[in-house]
Amino acid sequence: MSSIGTVDGLASASHGRTASGLGARLRRLQPGLVLAWIVIAIVVLFALFPQLFTSYSPVQGVPVEKLKAPSALHILGTDALGRDLFTRIVYGAVHSLTGAFVAVAVGLVVGTAFGVIAGSTGGIVEDGIMRLVDVLLSIPGLLLMLSIIILLGFGTVNAAIAVGITSVAAFARLSRSEVVRVRRSEYVEAAFGSGGTFLAVLWRHVLPNSLVSVLGFAALQFGGAILAISTLGFLGYGAPPPTPEWGLLIAEGRNYIGTAWWLTTAPGIVVVLVVLSANRISQSLGGRK
Amino acid sequence: MTTPLLSVENLSVAYREGDHTARVTHEVSFAIAPGEVVALVGESGSGKTTTAQAVIGLLPENGRIETGAIRLNGEDISRWSGKRLDVIRGRQISLIPQDPTSSLNPVRTVGAQVGEILRIHGERDRSLIEARVIELLGRVGLSDPELRARQYPHELSGGMKQRVLIATAIALKPQLIIADEPTSALDVTVQRRILDLIDELRRENGTAVLLVTHDLGVAADRADRIVVLQGGRIQETGETASLLASPRSPYARRLLADAPSLSARTFRAAPAPGEDAIIVDNLVHEYQSSGREPFRAVDSVSFTVRAGTTHAIVGESGSGKTTTVRDIVGFGRPTAGAIRIAGTDISALKGEALRKFRQTIQLVYQNPFSSLDPRQTVFGIVEEPLINFGERDAAVRAQKVNALLERVGLPEALRKRRPRALSGGQRQRVAIARALILDPKVLVLDEAVSALDVTVQAQILKLLDELQKERGLTYLFVSHDLAVVRQISDTVSVLHNGQQVEAGSVEDVFLRPQSDYTRELIDAIPGKRSHALA
Repeated sequence: MSSIGTVDGLASASHGRTASGLGARLRRLQPGLVLAWIVIAIVVLFALFPQLFTSYSPVQGVPVEKLKAPSALHILGTDALGRDLFTRIVYGAVHSLTGAFVAVAVGLVVGTAFGVIAGSTGGIVEDGIMRLVDVLLSIPGLLLMLSIIILLGFGTVNAAIAVGITSVAAFARLSRSEVVRVRRSEYVEAAFGSGGTFLAVLWRHVLPNSLVSVLGFAALQFGGAILAISTLGFLGYGAPPPTPEWGLLIAEGRNYIGTAWWLTTAPGIVVVLVVLSANRISQSLGGRK
Repeated sequence: MTTPLLSVENLSVAYREGDHTARVTHEVSFAIAPGEVVALVGESGSGKTTTAQAVIGLLPENGRIETGAIRLNGEDISRWSGKRLDVIRGRQISLIPQDPTSSLNPVRTVGAQVGEILRIHGERDRSLIEARVIELLGRVGLSDPELRARQYPHELSGGMKQRVLIATAIALKPQLIIADEPTSALDVTVQRRILDLIDELRRENGTAVLLVTHDLGVAADRADRIVVLQGGRIQETGETASLLASPRSPYARRLLADAPSLSARTFRAAPAPGEDAIIVDNLVHEYQSSGREPFRAVDSVSFTVRAGTTHAIVGESGSGKTTTVRDIVGFGRPTAGAIRIAGTDISALKGEALRKFRQTIQLVYQNPFSSLDPRQTVFGIVEEPLINFGERDAAVRAQKVNALLERVGLPEALRKRRPRALSGGQRQRVAIARALILDPKVLVLDEAVSALDVTVQAQILKLLDELQKERGLTYLFVSHDLAVVRQISDTVSVLHNGQQVEAGSVEDVFLRPQSDYTRELIDAIPGKRSHALA
């Protein structure tokens, strides 16, 4: 309790600061959230400037050094070809992050477009779009992703698109419900009342007011997308070896799980940390509304 | 005088927000004798609800009693824990909450909810509880109490729900009932019946009542003593009669002058003859619902409004006044009948023609918060209609907007703000500016001042009056508040269940009402007693 500050503050004025400014501000920071931002910042730096973090090559191995346990020289150990695992994780960040970005972007743009069209027009168009969305939702996500990849071919970008398409339905549903809610509000009616045309009102009032929670949802999807892309990589549907994609790292390490535990554990922990951080940040964005 | 039932001494309550604490009441002191009615009167933010909540120990989580004592029968309960207070809540002090629609649990029957208070306070015999619940529901004037006990809240009207809450409050015959704005969400005639009921129960059981209200008229009618609060401080305390006859504090004087129900009863002078701005002829509006008879919300309503005058549409909820107004501004399509605004038949307009016509008639909504886009600035909100109607020159727009904002009394500093950062009165000024920027001929005000405090209400009404004189505006003023209507209208239509039961000049309708319903409405205007005293 900060009762000393409270009493002092109130004795002088009805508006009192309970404690000195800096201390109070520090206390308000949530440590979990700060940690989440730090994790994401580091991973983004991994993706942008991998050379800064390591001097080893991500693909060229040193055969003598194979399957070394974590040590001062190789902080996360090496794999069967003698490649430094930490280096591979650092260089893999760019694949996982761009994949997740592309996936979320596809879901956000396509899904929101469907949702806004459905929510703002209504009638047969809305019914048509939303039934299509229902069909998308009824197919198990992994099955849908695998089918799309088989249609498009293997690769990082194709895997990302596949992940994105599975989230189209969720984005469409959310944005439609938001648009419908905003459309019924009085200020939208008032905008029509002051002579706004359909498109002008949609652009000026409906879109900005309905997209807030859609963007919060996009941040949440980001964590999910990293996980889904790693899943596809693990199953061998993503980037081909020797790309150091995180899911692929786990899959390759599986063969040595009995002798070299670090090959699966380290990239696994990285994936978990990044997904948790993304979820924590999206939660804070959503709560701030 | 013997020991008072409740005495509040130097009560200061503060709310903590982030790292700030803000004191909302400052050393409030008053006492209630057994069987007495004391009214806490003040506008929003005056600390009246906070004081009432502190008495029953139901302050919000961030609220804290800083100083002072609350004595119930001489014992200080202000530091009691919630558990200890549970014993007296319901048994000695009970609460009638403000909003009956959100105060009942929607998934439990009314009978179960009234019975709960008996069960909490130790009654175990089921048949006894049931019998007592039915007796209570009958006592508060609900017809067919056996049936009501088995119904769910959504099956009851607002007034009936408030009666259920009153039944809960009186179940254990408490010594003190706190009624927090018990009727502000209800229609005037229902309001009067509910207040009569509270009065009657008070006389019967000798219960004291702490009545929290923003309506000085209600306080004048019902209270023995009035405590006037402003900004968390007591401005004046006194016997009702003497306080109303000769208020000492400037604030009480202003409150008294601004209360429409208590101000002098003068009518507007008869308007000069001129052309008709609005002609509504046999308007019928039916709502279709599949499988049922169409519901006739408005049934052959006709009236004409002369240009430059104010016509009021008066009615309670469900009377069809909102439907009528929506048809007039072109948001609804009447089933039959004609509406001519400034010579144009609006019911025949569609699409682009209707959009163009909106320059002639504008609507101001009841709730100034939900009718302004939270993401726009004040300037942007008022500017938008000009953009819609093709004013391309940004400098011309800015000049027009600034001039009008100046006229409606919004200082320059507010123009970059968003609605959230404005007070209710300021928001309504923005809404009025948005409606007037296109120079319309007709302004429709849908309960436009009902959500505002009396002093702010008086300011807005004054502004509307000045604007009408300057610009020759025609007002269509929709309201449930007859006291306001009396003050600002020239002519009036009274609607009841979709039918127009009375129409004519305000003076005729108020002084010589023809229908029983109008008479009932006029009788329900609070503030009668103060006129009898004056």
